[in-house]
Amino acid sequence: MIVPLSHLLIVAGIMFIMGLACTLARRNLIMILIGVEVMINAVGLTLVGGSAFWQQIDGQLVVVLLMALTSAEVSISLAMVVYLQRRKGTIEADRYSEMKG
Amino acid sequence: MAATIFYILSAVALIATLLCITRRNPVHAVIYLVHAFFALALMFYLLGAPLVAAWEVIIYAGAIMVLFLFIIMMLELAPDESEHSTSTWKRWTPVLLLALALVVCTLLIMGIESVVGKEGVPAYYASPRDFGYALFKEYALAVEVVSFQLLFAAVGAFYVGKKEWRRGGRK
Repeated sequence: MIVPLSHLLIVAGIMFIMGLACTLARRNLIMILIGVEVMINAVGLTLVGGSAFWQQIDGQLVVVLLMALTSAEVSISLAMVVYLQRRKGTIEADRYSEMKG
Repeated sequence: MAATIFYILSAVALIATLLCITRRNPVHAVIYLVHAFFALALMFYLLGAPLVAAWEVIIYAGAIMVLFLFIIMMLELAPDESEHSTSTWKRWTPVLLLALALVVCTLLIMGIESVVGKEGVPAYYASPRDFGYALFKEYALAVEVVSFQLLFAAVGAFYVGKKEWRRGGRK
């Protein structure tokens, strides 16, 4: 391991919090999805770091499965963005207020 | 040496992510996120995961981000750039600086012979052969489940993205 595990976890934690802040604070659907992407990549960095720390290959395998999951999630959520833009004419999350929530 | 490059790359990744989540224009956000993914790929390589690093570039930066750009441009979500107040140089400087840092780090990684650990022992390195054996022997069931999930996602995306929502139904 080239760096201590704690430093790597700090970097991944900061990146995860930035993604979480983007997801919670932004109102554009595209930016919310980008925040989810940032969070998933922070988790991937943690997994690869754990794989290097314990000298086991399993962490890297989970990252590959995570990439497949992400591509499935992104394809279906972007299809929903296209659908909402067509139906409602906007992708601002605050405009979807038909249920008066 | 490798540790220094790792810290530089983590700084690049964090700065690019910070710039990404604060952009108003989604296209700019995607461009900064591609920088962050390239930095993450180099970090994966330094941590002994060359195959994951390659897939990070191919799948995330290559496929998923291009899909984002495609949707943004298809729906015309990017705001108009013509009456931008800031100058061209001010907009291009952060992108160019981050790209320059990434290129320099790539050349430095190519320069060092092998990624050596802190105590001088070689760091953990998973070759693509070990990776393939582990993936298709121990995790064969997970691969099948993920492939089914990709199929379902493709079908679902096709269904949601259809122009006519229901034939003869609402609109």
